[in-house]
Amino acid sequence: MPLRNDFDQLVDIKGGFISREIFVDADIYRQELDKVFTRAWLLVGHESLVPNPGDFYTSRMGEESVILCRDKKSEIHVFLNSCRHRGMKVCRYEQGNTSLFTCPYHSWTYTTDGKLQGVPLHRTLYDGVLDREANSLVSVAKLCNYKGSIWATWDNDAPDFLTYLGDAKIHLDQALDCRDGREGGSEVIGVHKWVFPANWKFAAENFLGDTYHNPSHRSVDLIGIGPSAAAGKKGRRDDELEKAEHVWISFPAGHGVHSAIQPEANEYTESFLDNPILEKYFRHCFEERKRRLGEGARLLPFVGTIFPNTSYHGRQPRGLCAWHPHSPTSTEGWRFFLVDKDAPKEAKEYLRRYYMRYSGPAGMTEQDDMENWLYATAASTGTVARRYPFNYQQSMGAYVTDHPLGGDVSKQVTEQIARGFYRRWTTYMQGGDWHELLGSPAGNRQAAE
Amino acid sequence: MTTTVQDQDRQERAANATIERSAAYYRLKADVEDFYYHEADLLDDRRFRDWLELLTEDISYFMPIRRNVKFGQQAARENTKRGEGISWFDEDKWTLTKRVEQILTGVHYAEEPLSRITHMVSNVQIKQVRPDIGTARELDVASRFLVYQNRVEYETYIFVGRRNDTLRLTDAGWKIARREILLEQNILLAKNLTTFF
Ligand code: FES
Ligand SMILES: [Fe+2]
Repeated sequence: MPLRNDFDQLVDIKGGFISREIFVDADIYRQELDKVFTRAWLLVGHESLVPNPGDFYTSRMGEESVILCRDKKSEIHVFLNSCRHRGMKVCRYEQGNTSLFTCPYHSWTYTTDGKLQGVPLHRTLYDGVLDREANSLVSVAKLCNYKGSIWATWDNDAPDFLTYLGDAKIHLDQALDCRDGREGGSEVIGVHKWVFPANWKFAAENFLGDTYHNPSHRSVDLIGIGPSAAAGKKGRRDDELEKAEHVWISFPAGHGVHSAIQPEANEYTESFLDNPILEKYFRHCFEERKRRLGEGARLLPFVGTIFPNTSYHGRQPRGLCAWHPHSPTSTEGWRFFLVDKDAPKEAKEYLRRYYMRYSGPAGMTEQDDMENWLYATAASTGTVARRYPFNYQQSMGAYVTDHPLGGDVSKQVTEQIARGFYRRWTTYMQGGDWHELLGSPAGNRQAAE
Repeated sequence: MTTTVQDQDRQERAANATIERSAAYYRLKADVEDFYYHEADLLDDRRFRDWLELLTEDISYFMPIRRNVKFGQQAARENTKRGEGISWFDEDKWTLTKRVEQILTGVHYAEEPLSRITHMVSNVQIKQVRPDIGTARELDVASRFLVYQNRVEYETYIFVGRRNDTLRLTDAGWKIARREILLEQNILLAKNLTTFF
């Protein structure tokens, strides 16, 4: 059977319909692994997971295991976790420190910069034939340490990471920068890993400003689990964005964010009512950030997805997610929880507890997300179901293109971000070149009209 | 930090301790088993508020994330630690009460409709008795669990692992003051942990 290439028909941006096939079809899924996941920039981890020379952390890119590793000279690498001899996984520990990766199968060894070093019986069996240099662990084509977060791509032709991010940068920045406005400075305090039976794009799309799914979180909003919940405040987070103007932005490279712009006065919203130390700390961060960033401090991130499968939560609860594809109908979610490295102990203690009760498979909020993604996937696999595309017509045309934040900016909840994401997904699936993959605002608008 | 070291000491002591298998030990063990069967009934009968009554006000309820580590590092690094970083659960009574309240809203869709769940408890061993077997007020108890969950139609999960509890005798009988749940999984092979262990 020839490979499907009817992506233009499956993704109808103008009409606002997207076929269910792209969420359930095995052939499309296999093509995604090749055409999307070996080209786009993917989140691999964070430098705080490998602070010292010889430190490693095993991660994933697409379906495949990779090793994030800091070599003896403190340089960071990302390698495919597979021996060049017969493919054995050379590292099956999650994290640690080593001077060599020794393959369990026939004991080839690799140094922390990926070079093949030891080959048992080399002189007798391989002399003059085996080129060690050419049998290093397979390295990613490009790697970027962006404010501590580590990203990589398998594509030599990929643009550098900042070009790839485009105007989405300042939104992602706010998940990575210190709460008081200093650049970077975050650390990972823990990682969730779990498998759920849904297509990876449901998770990616959830963070593409799908604010519309709020009703599914009614239960946590009713009981209140936010920073001031013990003081009697309902809701799942303290509403620091209550007076803000919300913006939903679709960027031409496929990224999308939901952020907020605080009113000009930009006053601190009372928060953390149950804990005076935290109240004081976060008030300080707020004032300090305002002092450092001036007008820029009015922009606050909420959530976003960096194409294709990295999502972030910028404020409460702050972290980076990678949605690793497992199969058309199954995904491995990883969440790296972030705090400011130099935050006071009380703040870190508070935040980790809040993150745990909010996020992931044991989180009171996100359990309901997973329920939705599972049953939406399951109910879309049927022969008849597949004949009926999903509706993506929300807020059609309701955006401006001349906003200083760039991209298509909407002031109301919109599926324009999802439409932008799938438009770009289509370009990848059609094997577009990098010029097309980065898109241009004009090209985007044309397609949408 | 101090708590963690104490935790470890305590666990090691508990693992090594063997209490003399006297008639008093078996009587006490039968009491504890009864208590666990009752607890399982409350959870599986969805009497969540009644289950909360079995927890002391100062309960610490903890399920670490289990990691793949090099031989020899298990004790130090295999499990995430109570009181630091991120675990599956590291919570107090307030949070557990919130979890119950959430299920009782009837719109917590991850448990609506309610899952069918069976808790099996076995391998019960009393590891420590304080102050002594005749007048026990506090116990460290090890057990195994098998929790079967079936959701809606086809969704099924089996959670198997170990529990290390501290039980305290109160005017209302035994209560759980401390629980460590060791699920035998690295990457969680379930979409959610909506049940109590
Ligand atoms: S597979 Fe690694 S040495 Fe043979
Ligand atoms: Fe959600």
